[in-house]
Amino acid sequence: MRNTTFSITPLGDNAIMIEWEQRISPVIHAQVMQAFLHLQSLQQPYITDLMPAYASLAVRYNAVRIRQEIKRPARAWITAFVTRALQEAGAATAAAVPGRHLEIPVCYHPSLGPDLANLAQQKGLSEEAIITLHTAPTYTVYMLGFLPGFPYMGTVDPQLATPRLKQPRTQVPAGSVGIAGEQTGIYPLPSPGGWNIIGQTPLRIFDAGRPDPCYCRPGDQVRFVPISLEAFTKQLS
Amino acid sequence: MNLRVLQPGLLDTVQDAGRHGYQHLGINPGGAMDRIGMYVANSLVGNDPAEAVIELHFPAAAFLLEAPAMIALSGADLGAMINDQPVPINRPLVVSGQSVLRFTRPVTGACCYLAIRHGLLISPWLGSYSTCLPAGAGGFRGRALQKNDVLPFKQAASYGAVLRQLQVAELPWTAGTGELYSAADRIRITEGSGFALLNAHARQQLTTATFAIAPQSDRMGFRLQGPALRTEHRQELLSAGVSQGTIQLLPNGQLIVLMADHQTTGGYPRVGHVITADQPALAQLRPRQELRFAMITADAAEELLWQQEQRLLFLQNACKLRLEEWLSHYGLH
Repeated sequence: MRNTTFSITPLGDNAIMIEWEQRISPVIHAQVMQAFLHLQSLQQPYITDLMPAYASLAVRYNAVRIRQEIKRPARAWITAFVTRALQEAGAATAAAVPGRHLEIPVCYHPSLGPDLANLAQQKGLSEEAIITLHTAPTYTVYMLGFLPGFPYMGTVDPQLATPRLKQPRTQVPAGSVGIAGEQTGIYPLPSPGGWNIIGQTPLRIFDAGRPDPCYCRPGDQVRFVPISLEAFTKQLS
Repeated sequence: MNLRVLQPGLLDTVQDAGRHGYQHLGINPGGAMDRIGMYVANSLVGNDPAEAVIELHFPAAAFLLEAPAMIALSGADLGAMINDQPVPINRPLVVSGQSVLRFTRPVTGACCYLAIRHGLLISPWLGSYSTCLPAGAGGFRGRALQKNDVLPFKQAASYGAVLRQLQVAELPWTAGTGELYSAADRIRITEGSGFALLNAHARQQLTTATFAIAPQSDRMGFRLQGPALRTEHRQELLSAGVSQGTIQLLPNGQLIVLMADHQTTGGYPRVGHVITADQPALAQLRPRQELRFAMITADAAEELLWQQEQRLLFLQNACKLRLEEWLSHYGLH
C-alpha cells in the first residue's frame, strides 16, 4: 500500500468498507486487489466475505463470534486487524499482483450481437471497426456482480462507450458480451438485461457443477478473440 | 420417509444461514430472510439452528408427510393445518405418517419456516443448503419447490408411543419469540456513507416519515413507498459491495432495502443499513404494511445483535432441555 491512502467506514453492523480514491483506474484497482488477496491469504476465520470492486473492498465479518471469542467490540477489533493487515501487505509487496491472463473467444455475428449494427450506426463506425476496437485492449476484471460470475471489465475505447439500453431486454442469452458505459461484460446466465449486446462467447462463464463455478475472477486480465459463427457453433457443442 | 409437495406455493425454497465466502464472485449470500424464524423452528425440533429449513410465503405449498415426523413452524403464522386441524407456530409437533400440512391464511408475518427433526436430505452447494435462484443451484435443484417434488428426511423416526390414535400431538411448550422481534414502527438503522448526500430535510424524513412495503418487493429487496428523498447535489458513485440491510437511494428518491438474495454490489447511494437484529422484523412485513426507521449508532447495533444472539442461545438451550426430557419420558431419542 505504498503511497496510498484508504479510509475504513462501517457498512452496517457486520461489514466494513475500505475505500481508495474513487475513480476507475488500473493503478487503484491493483491496490484493491493487493488488499483483497492479502486478506484472503490470511484465512481469518472471523472474516466471512470479501467483496472487491473498482476502488473499494467490503469486508464482512462475524460480529457475534468476535464478541464471543475475543471478548471485544467486533467492529473496533476488525478495523484494527484490517488496518494492520493492509500495512503489512504494503510493506511486503511493492509491485501490484498480476491477475491471470484469459483469452475469451467471442463471435460477433449479428445473430449473436443484436446491438452491433445499432452501435455501429450510432458511432458512425463500421461493424468491423467496432470489433477491432473491442478486441484491441486487455481488460481488467474490476469486479463480479449483478449475477453470479458476471465480470465488470474496463475500460472500453472511448469511441465504444455507450449508455445502457433505455428498454432492457427481458431475456439475454448466457455468454452474451455487452457494453454499458465504459464497461464491457459477459452474461454468465440467461437474464433480463440492459447492456448493448455485440457478440457471444461459447465458453460457459458460469457453471454451478464446476468446483470453480465462475470462469472469471476479480483482477483477471481479459482479451477477446474474434471467432467465426462456425467456430462458435463448434465450440458450443 | 419423505416430504412430498402436493401443491406448490408462491415461492417455497430451501434455506439455511446463507452461503458465505463467494461474494467476490458475485454469488449472493441468500439464506433465510428471517434468521430468527429459522433458528427457532430448528431449535424447537432439536436441530442445529442453521439446519436446512423450508421458507414459505403465502400462498404456501401443501405437503404430504409420508412418514411420522417431528416438525416445527416459526416466523409467520400462515394458518397451518394438519389434516384439517389447526396447529400453532413456535411449538414442536409430532405428526403421523400420511398427514397433509397446508396453510390457509396469512395471519401474521410474511415468511414461515418449516423445520423437520434431523433435517432434510439435501446436498449442499458451495457449503450451503440455501437455494440460489439466479444461479439455479443449491437447495432443492436450485429452484422453488414444485408439485410432486420429494424431499427425503435425513432420518426415520417412530412416534407410535406418543401418537397412539392421534394424527397430531402438540408438545406442551411454546417458544416465546415476542421480544426477539422489534416493532415495525421502529426498525433501527445505522448511517450509511450516502446519508451525508441527503439534504437536511431528507435526513430528517428518513427517520420521521412512514414508508410502506411496495408490492414489487421480493427476496432480493424491499422497495419502499414514501416521500421522495432529495440529495444536496447529484453524485455518480462507483459500484461497491453491499450487504443485507443496506438501504439504497434510487434516482427517483425512493428507497430499496437489500434482502437475502441481494446482488453483491450496488452503485446507488447507501443512506443507511437496517441493523442485523431488526432485519427479521423487517422481513416479516408484508406488502403495503408500514414501517418507520430509527437511527442508532453502529456500536449500539452491534450490542443489540449480541443481546439478541444471547436470547436465541438461551431459547435454544431451553428447547433442548425440554425436548430431551420429553423424549426420554417416551423412551425416544
